[in-house]
Amino acid sequence: MKKNLTAWLCLLPAILFLGIFMVYPLFDVLVYSFEEGYNFASQSFWGTGLYNYSYVLHDPFFIQALKNTFIIVIITVPLSTGIALLISLELSQIKALRDFFQTVYFLPYVTNTLAVGLVFMILFKKTAYSDGLISILIQFFGGPSVDFIDGPYAAKMFVMCFYTIWIVMPFKILILTSALASVNEMYYKAAVVDDTPKWRIFYKITLPMISPMVFYLVITGFIGAFKAYSDEVALFGTDLNAAGMNTIVGYVYDMLYGNSGGYPSYASAAALILFAIVFTITTINLMVSRKTVYYQ
Amino acid sequence: MKIVLKHLTKRFPNRNKKIKDDVIAVNDFDFTIPDGKLIGLLGPSGCGKSTALNLICGLEKPSEGKIFFGERDVTELAPEKRGVGLVFQNYALYPHLTVYENIKFPLENFRGDKKLTKEEMDAKVKEAAKLVQIEELMDRRPNEMSGGQQQRVAIARALVKMPQVLLLDEPLSNLDARLRLQTREELKRIQLETGITTVFVTHDQEEAMSISDMIVVMKAGVLQQMGKPQDIYDDPDNLFVASFLGTPQINVFKGKVKEGRVYIGEAPVLDAKGVKDGDVYVAIRPEGFILDENGPFACDYVNREIMGRDTSLIVSHPDFTGEKIRGIISSDDEVKIDDGKVRFSLKPNKVFIFDGSSEERIRL
Repeated sequence: MKKNLTAWLCLLPAILFLGIFMVYPLFDVLVYSFEEGYNFASQSFWGTGLYNYSYVLHDPFFIQALKNTFIIVIITVPLSTGIALLISLELSQIKALRDFFQTVYFLPYVTNTLAVGLVFMILFKKTAYSDGLISILIQFFGGPSVDFIDGPYAAKMFVMCFYTIWIVMPFKILILTSALASVNEMYYKAAVVDDTPKWRIFYKITLPMISPMVFYLVITGFIGAFKAYSDEVALFGTDLNAAGMNTIVGYVYDMLYGNSGGYPSYASAAALILFAIVFTITTINLMVSRKTVYYQ
Repeated sequence: MKIVLKHLTKRFPNRNKKIKDDVIAVNDFDFTIPDGKLIGLLGPSGCGKSTALNLICGLEKPSEGKIFFGERDVTELAPEKRGVGLVFQNYALYPHLTVYENIKFPLENFRGDKKLTKEEMDAKVKEAAKLVQIEELMDRRPNEMSGGQQQRVAIARALVKMPQVLLLDEPLSNLDARLRLQTREELKRIQLETGITTVFVTHDQEEAMSISDMIVVMKAGVLQQMGKPQDIYDDPDNLFVASFLGTPQINVFKGKVKEGRVYIGEAPVLDAKGVKDGDVYVAIRPEGFILDENGPFACDYVNREIMGRDTSLIVSHPDFTGEKIRGIISSDDEVKIDDGKVRFSLKPNKVFIFDGSSEERIRL
């Protein structure tokens, strides 16, 4: 009992902190999402029920945000993880200039999101003075002038995904290079002596050995991509609904503080829908991982 | 398949960049490992024996010299083309694969007309597992097995592709004492059953002596002596080989040769006709001491350790180079101590003398 008391005492600060700043707000969000016609000013509502969910799910802006978010998730998570794995493999192979390349690949991680956004603007945005570097290149090879920032949806989505992948890559490369370095050299030697083809060494030895890290990156990648918002702002500005590039988190923000905002109930409902989606996807991930991920 | 090494040398650049000279891990190896034998590569740690093994295996490229498997020059061949099986010191079993999958792994790499069907693979895996007696462990993962079992799996994996040469790097060093005894006999049995030329590296002289058909003793990259274990023990070429082989260790004294006799201190212990006068090392095997009240060699009595069959008599002498002089005598012998001294005569074939500066053997 005395032992227990000490343990609880040690846990107390964390419990208090998490309770006030995490559990209570979460609970509050849940409550908000069921309060119909909540008024910010009078702090009153006229009923409880599922109306908020129904409203959000019928809101075309939310549907657009949902679609955008899913496209970003489905494209960027596998691509960024895959490319990061390729780059890490190459990095672990080379000897010369390895530190240099590692630094180069890590630079985006320490660069401010908005600064990166500015660079992307220069590359992609069409202004009165310039068509944007990429568009100029496309025109040089005989293509049409493309406005990636204010132009067609596909072009905007392309820039969005490109940007997201570029932003999340360094962290993945960092994790994967260290994971690759931790695989004992002797497994490779053993495989070489047994005349194992390169792709098979990768598929049968390297990949299973680093699978916990890959899995970690996939899970956090999914969650991170579902929560995307600031990257969209960096590229398309704050009025994401107008640009048609809003995300679920962006929608939640707009419902709270945007020009059309002041609806905490709708925001809460949208946030809980996002939570349900992330929860489902993560559960599926975990179930898949039981069969594919090897823990030492 | 015999293995022929011709002037094989391996240099590594020195880690300490201030020192220009390369580290020579293997220095001018020139000998033949006979077909179908079990060979122990023996030496203290850091003497280059693992490098020598890696050269034979192909994981390291020699700086100079050539390696032949039979008549075939394999010097430039990559390890996978040499047809060797290699067992690593810590086994290098793939931890995410079961025993069955681990053993099958090399077979799945066969390509072209060597490619095996599933049934053939299965048969070969089972055969290898039977050879090392692990048939009942097929579904286990490496971390669910003891060190000895892992060792067997590693050997099975190396043997399953029927290599021409089997190489083992310190195969027993990760096992506890009892398991080591058991496994080394197992190793001998497997080698006899398969008849594959087997080279194993060890720093444990007892291990090398007990199972090898032939021992190669090396020190600091240089071959010291090779031959049958008993021959090397009975007839060492230099002081290092004499001290390295045998437990308890050989007792080395400072002595000198004067007028055809070998002296330790003032005691004439051995005849040495025709040997030039000068300083020598006199090395006496522990079993070379005979209790003899009238013997020429007197030592100060220190202690005795009774070990059942034998007794270890511990004595001291001012000209001794080590810590403890150990003589092994029968437990039945009565030790007569006179004024704190024990007197011995020596078995001539258990006493070796070595040149005082070159430490090379002076044969009588």
